[in-house]
Order: sequence, then structure tokens, then C-alpha cells
Amino acid sequence: MWYYEKKLQYPVRVSKCDVQMAKFLTEQYGGADGELAAALRYLNQRYTVPDKIIGVLNDIGTEELAHLEMIATMVYKLTKDATPDDLKKAGLGAHYANHDKALYFENAGGVPFTATYFTAKGDPIADLYEDIAAEEKARSTYQWLINMTDDTDLIDSLTFLREREIIHSQRFLECVEILKEERDRKKIF
Amino acid sequence: MKESTAKYYELLHEIQQVDFALVELNLYLNTHPMDQQAIMQFNELVQRSQMLKKNFESMYGTMRNFGESFSPTPWSWSNTPWPWQV
Repeated sequence: MWYYEKKLQYPVRVSKCDVQMAKFLTEQYGGADGELAAALRYLNQRYTVPDKIIGVLNDIGTEELAHLEMIATMVYKLTKDATPDDLKKAGLGAHYANHDKALYFENAGGVPFTATYFTAKGDPIADLYEDIAAEEKARSTYQWLINMTDDTDLIDSLTFLREREIIHSQRFLECVEILKEERDRKKIF
Repeated sequence: MKESTAKYYELLHEIQQVDFALVELNLYLNTHPMDQQAIMQFNELVQRSQMLKKNFESMYGTMRNFGESFSPTPWSWSNTPWPWQV
């Protein structure tokens, strides 16, 4: 089970209302390489991977939930004071018609989230390589998002998230090495 | 910014810093379980985190749910602010 702590993993501040940026950030909320896909991918894979790497998947999956909450906080803060007209001008008129200002798991283009964004192959090496690729893709998305804003507060939080993708990728790469070592050890006997 | 608000952020940031180091050490130790120095650092920070949270909760109310923190009277867990509101 999980416990909740009343804090974000890293502070999220925004210096202005920016509906368009909120729309772009949705990519990391309900997009293919977003935080929801990441959390669900790892927390689902953990049941059937070798014992040695369950902890890594469990803990990174858990940290992704904290990142999901940070992205949600950004979207919430960037749209909190927006009028329906602001939303319409930023391309969120269709979103408003369906959801008002509620958050919705969709990508930046408005396509709803789908489980087909990730897989569970049952082969730990195949799964880990997907995980590494997912982290690198998310890192790129964070860079593209940073490139589209001049809000220094927002950039600070996005930079933190971008750096986390690098660490996660590194830990998954180490998992691959751990499994290869185990495999080679078995061959000796 | 009001002085009380500034204090809230200051104490919260301190917790966020220590807890971030704990997340980072935890992930690192998952793949480097024999690193004794990292384990020592981890244990020191666990103690520091618990102390900081106890102090924070005595000023701003329960921070952890489902029995991870003691409750004052009246019940303060469901009070605002929630993390996305600060």
C-alpha cells in the first residue's frame, strides 16, 4: 500500500497564468511518455520481474506518482485564474466544453490516455530497455517544454523533472547489468 | 510575503531537501546494496527527516496520513493547504 505525505517532491511555482503552457504540459500528464504512463508501466512490471530488480521498479514507479502530482500542480496553477475566453484563445475551448478546468488524462493534442502507451513483455531485458527508452523520451519532452517558456519558476521545476529522468535511466541501465551478471554466473556452473 | 508564510515555506523546503536526498540514496542503494557509507548517510537522514516532520506537524498540523503521524485535537489531516495549493 501507499502512504500520502502533504508535500510535493520538489516545489512548483509559476510566475503567471499561462494557459497555452498548461496545454503543452498535459503531454507529461496523460501523454505516451508522460508520468502516468511511467508510473503504471513500472508498477505493473514489478510483479513479474526477477527479485533483484523489483525494488527499483517499485520505487521509481512510486516516484513517478510524485512527479505526476507536480505536473498536475503546474497545470492547475497555470489555469487557475484563466477565463473561458483565455482557455478558448489558447486552444483549450474543446477541453473547457467537456471538462471545465478539471484536469484530464490526455496528451498536448487532446488525445485521451490509453494503456497502449506502454507494454509488459514479460522478458525483463525487453521491459528494461523499454523503461530506459521511456526515460530518455521523457527527458527530451521536458527539454522541449523548457524551450517553450520564459517562466523561470516553471523552468526550475521542469529542470528538476528532466534531471530525474536521467537518474532513472541510469538505475535501469544498472538493472540490465545486474541481470546480465546473474545470467553469466549461471552459465559457469 | 507574511513572516508566518515565509516560515512555512522555509520549514517545508528543508523537509523537501532531506527527503529528496533520501529518495536519491534509496534508488542508488537498490542497485548498490553494499555501499556502507551510503547506508550510513541514509540512516542519518532518516533521523533528520523524522525530526523535521515532527516539528513541522507541531506547527502546521498532520502531514502524513493513515497512522504515520499522531493527531492533535481537533483532527487536522483534512485541513488545507494541500500541496498543490501552496
